[in-house]
Amino acid sequence: MTTTATPPTRAEAETRRRRGLDLDWVRTNGVYVALALLFLLNVVWTNNFLTERTLLLQLIQVTPVVIVALGMALVIGTEGIDLSVGAVMALAAALIPLYVGYGAAMAILIAVLVGFVTGSLAGSMVAVVGVQPIVATLGIMVAGRGVANLLGGEIKTIREPGIVSLGSESLLGVPYVVLIAAVIAALVWFAARRTTYGRQLVAIGGNKRAAELAGLPVKRVVITTYVVAGVLAAIAGVLLAARSQASDPTKLGQLMELSAITAVVIGGTPLSGGQVRIIGTIAGALLMQLIFATLVFHNIPDSTAQMAQAVIVIAAVYVQMGRRRSTS
Amino acid sequence: MTTATAPEVTPGTTGERSSRARVAHLVQRQGALVILVFAAVAATVAFDSFGTQRNLTSIAVQASFLAVVALGMTFVIMGGGIDLSVGSVFALGGVLAAWGSQHGLLVALALPLAVCGAIGLVQGLVIARGGLPPFIVTLAGLLFARGLLLLITDEGSTTYKVPPGAAFREIAQGKLLGLNYTVWVVIVLFLLGGLVLHRTSYGSTTLAVGGQEDAAQLMGLPVMRSKVIAYVTSSLLAALGGIMIASYTSSGVTILGVGMELEVISAVVLGGTLLTGGAGTVLGTLVGVLLLQVIKNIINQVGSLNSNWQAVVSGVILLVVVTAQQWLARVERR
Amino acid sequence: MTDPTITVTEPRTATVLETAGVTKSFGGVHALRGVDFSLAEGEVHALVGENGAGKSTLIKVLTGVHRPDGGEVRYRGGRVDFAQPAAAQRAGISTIYQEVNLVPLLSVARNIYLGREPRRYGLIDVPTMERDARELVERLGVHIDVREDLGRLGLGAQQMVALARAMSVDSRVVIMDEPTSSLEAREVATLFDVSRSLRDQGVGLVFVSHRLDELWQLCDRVTVLRDGRDVHTGRMDGLTRTGLVSHMLGRDAGELARDGATEFGESHLQGREPVLSVAGIDARNTLRGVGLTVRPGEVLGLGGLLGSGRSETVKAIYGALPTQAGEVIVDGRPVHRNSVRHALRSGVALLSEDRKAEGIIPDLSVRDNIALAVLPRMSRMGIVSESRIDKLVETFMGKLRIKASSPRQLVRELSGGNQQKVLIARWLCTEPRVFLLDEPTRGIDVGAKAEVQSLIDELAEQGLAVVLISSEMDELVEGADRIVVLRDGAVEAELDGADLTSSALLAALAGDIAQADAAAQEEDR
Repeated sequence: MTTTATPPTRAEAETRRRRGLDLDWVRTNGVYVALALLFLLNVVWTNNFLTERTLLLQLIQVTPVVIVALGMALVIGTEGIDLSVGAVMALAAALIPLYVGYGAAMAILIAVLVGFVTGSLAGSMVAVVGVQPIVATLGIMVAGRGVANLLGGEIKTIREPGIVSLGSESLLGVPYVVLIAAVIAALVWFAARRTTYGRQLVAIGGNKRAAELAGLPVKRVVITTYVVAGVLAAIAGVLLAARSQASDPTKLGQLMELSAITAVVIGGTPLSGGQVRIIGTIAGALLMQLIFATLVFHNIPDSTAQMAQAVIVIAAVYVQMGRRRSTS
Repeated sequence: MTTATAPEVTPGTTGERSSRARVAHLVQRQGALVILVFAAVAATVAFDSFGTQRNLTSIAVQASFLAVVALGMTFVIMGGGIDLSVGSVFALGGVLAAWGSQHGLLVALALPLAVCGAIGLVQGLVIARGGLPPFIVTLAGLLFARGLLLLITDEGSTTYKVPPGAAFREIAQGKLLGLNYTVWVVIVLFLLGGLVLHRTSYGSTTLAVGGQEDAAQLMGLPVMRSKVIAYVTSSLLAALGGIMIASYTSSGVTILGVGMELEVISAVVLGGTLLTGGAGTVLGTLVGVLLLQVIKNIINQVGSLNSNWQAVVSGVILLVVVTAQQWLARVERR
Repeated sequence: MTDPTITVTEPRTATVLETAGVTKSFGGVHALRGVDFSLAEGEVHALVGENGAGKSTLIKVLTGVHRPDGGEVRYRGGRVDFAQPAAAQRAGISTIYQEVNLVPLLSVARNIYLGREPRRYGLIDVPTMERDARELVERLGVHIDVREDLGRLGLGAQQMVALARAMSVDSRVVIMDEPTSSLEAREVATLFDVSRSLRDQGVGLVFVSHRLDELWQLCDRVTVLRDGRDVHTGRMDGLTRTGLVSHMLGRDAGELARDGATEFGESHLQGREPVLSVAGIDARNTLRGVGLTVRPGEVLGLGGLLGSGRSETVKAIYGALPTQAGEVIVDGRPVHRNSVRHALRSGVALLSEDRKAEGIIPDLSVRDNIALAVLPRMSRMGIVSESRIDKLVETFMGKLRIKASSPRQLVRELSGGNQQKVLIARWLCTEPRVFLLDEPTRGIDVGAKAEVQSLIDELAEQGLAVVLISSEMDELVEGADRIVVLRDGAVEAELDGADLTSSALLAALAGDIAQADAAAQEEDR
């Protein structure tokens, strides 16, 4: 008895895929189109937009979001979420002035180590204990911000030349912070696409039970992911502190978790896990930055800018969701 | 299939649950209550000033603002959602109430409720009709409410005062049987909330939506309506919390409510409500709120402790409680 | 194959629900191409067809999930156009789905009356609601505490609650979509009793099942769908099994009758030392000292009713079910307890019965699904070698005749049968010595079923030790060289050689060894 293919099913799948392709094109490229359009709009309407100074400033400002969003994209890929990133940034930054006496390298190392510790804690809570990611990282967020305030106290200025140069100097015209973000982006892209870790990560996000039964090291992958997110958040905190030459434990990184999640979602990664879009995430972060900058360029007050941003976020996610619904 | 006629029919029930599982179930739902009692007893022993009527009243009044907001959040979370906008809406409600109090009590009450209710309505419609993740929608709502607040306060530079002698002040400063009206408001609202949740079809629909949305949809339950109502309720109660605090402080403080959503979510989760929705009690939420407030109070009692310890301790407690809940749930399943 | 105890009821003439020339297409694909279907009051009407024949689309049209593109649906004499499932339900059309669609965290009583709770002073009257619910479930012959959370009950009991809910709304039509797929035999019997009593009260029932035997036990008439058309409607009792299958497949009946109902060949046992031996497995509440051995080239059938511990046994061997005691030895080397990864490394593979929840990763491609378990072996220093994966995937897609537009097609777009083959390929990549197959042909169409069956045969021929679980007795008896029967988590009997017959298996399943022996002797004669 040979099988005949069941025609309706196959044909159905076939069209669904064809339709899906069109939608997929818009879904993955919508963010780039929007970015390009907004860029062109600024070229036309904004004075002094197309200058090296303005553009570099935009890039410098977006780096912390990009770095944090990359980690967030991985976490969301595992069907998780990390609300602690902003607090971890503040915590890492708060440690710099405390340990800067041992030299810039030591201070940075310790600061980054904090991200490793909070990431391990979050990852273990999620993977080993089985706490929902949102709750585990919420706890770390609240506690982490508290510890940052306790350790850091008031705003502290940073004068250590090594750290100051990290935040203000450039290599071949490209600021260090932008370079670092670019290198991190390349590494994360490679890890997500080309390594067993990345493949296992999306499988776990797609169907955790099936991944377990296929012998995947689920706990290890999940913990690693939260560690990566924590370390990246710490690095972003260090870079932000280096650039502003100060550490403000109350304000630094505030609402960063929300900016990062927005960048990831706008970049086309569904919150339901099982997919990671690195380039899209970076474009999402750039788009959000450019939207905000556009409003600032045109002297829109902060209040109106925030309200506009809120509407844009909803609209962008709505477009993403609308497409997703019709494919499923 | 003649042999298949079975002797008796007791389709795969789990059988008798072990007493251990029952205890675990109880502790899982009431864990926060145990910690609350323990903390209160310990504090009474350790600090003379803790058990005084004055201090306890102060705890109750302070907790009432959080409690009102947490009640709304409880409905949202039980329905399977989350509302991150409450902190901003709370602040917006307070500012609007303080501004409105210059034009009389009615305006001070109606204006914040109308504006914030509208924000909740839009959020609810976008979530229920558009199918967007609540997370993102209410995050945008947070930004929007904060933006609106800045707009009406000249970018945050104006603080509206409640005129001296205005009836509006009575809302939080007036007392009945030695307790501030706000505390009575909380008691009444929570009784009402419990009734709505467990004794009305709106309540069962909310729980069904949170527990298994597809099933609720197939059963023909008004899924969308229940979601919209939850978000409107949450925003209205957040606004009410704002009204209460504006009355209490006699002004519309613009910087309030930052990070409040996290405190509120902590309280709800501490109270035993599943963050995934579908189960929980409003009474648990009240216990969660009181627990957070008692911890704050204890930290204030220890004079040498920086107020930042509050955040550290409540974060750690949240982690410990959810870990314990998880562990207990595992015991219960056995 | 027809059941001798057919209840001959005269189908009443009044039609309660019918479709006339209903068409439905999704993006140019015709799922229904003019279907005429009619359900009479007081009949149980079977709806059968291969996967993709249009059964589920037709059900969705009947219940208001989809609106038909053309043709019309008539209910109780009038044309209807349900905007949503709720509208159909209010009109008296209830549906019971394969996966129970109730709310696990709410009590049984709440689930039955959700949306229609009895009230008093405007509030839900809980005592009345619980009393009514208790009466209702007891009428179904089910003894459960209606205050218990639904999620704490077994799947069978949950199914009964779904039926109780349908009864409580006074439905005129009940549509049951694969209601028996997760039930034990005795639960199926209860379900059928209840269905018959509903039928006798004049309710029209539509019954969908992959288990063909059940159709003759319960149904009065049958409608067969194929490629979106209704190809046959008639009484059940005039129809042979072969006749039905040939309608479903659109093939010659003689061709099908040639060699039994399954595609299993002869035994090819190689008399060697066992490759898998299991002894004394205890798992809390489920297994009590289970032991078995399998030799290379042998297909060991694992029989038992649902809840007897079949799936639990293979999961325990695979390390996916926590055990308190026991020993699993593969190729003379012990396997660590409770470690999937070590079991996998030792050469054990498990094809889980729940393809959707425990098998496929729907949003990954066919290729990534196949390579999933062997990623570390396809990588150097943590970096994946795409070319090695491509080669491996190509080999297995050809070998197993997996039908996908390309290896990059998403696995959720494939038919159930092809998804199953993808999963089998995933496990074969790990080069197992022991292959545990839990219901490998469940929920896949007849053609793919035959392919999977002959594949199992092939694998055994190549020297693999196979453990086969199947709820279909034919599949088990014809597919296995030996059957170990479980009952209440312990080994009840072992059937071998001449004892390996359907009647002996049936007797062993019911737990009567003496009867099993008698039946075996009967067969011998």
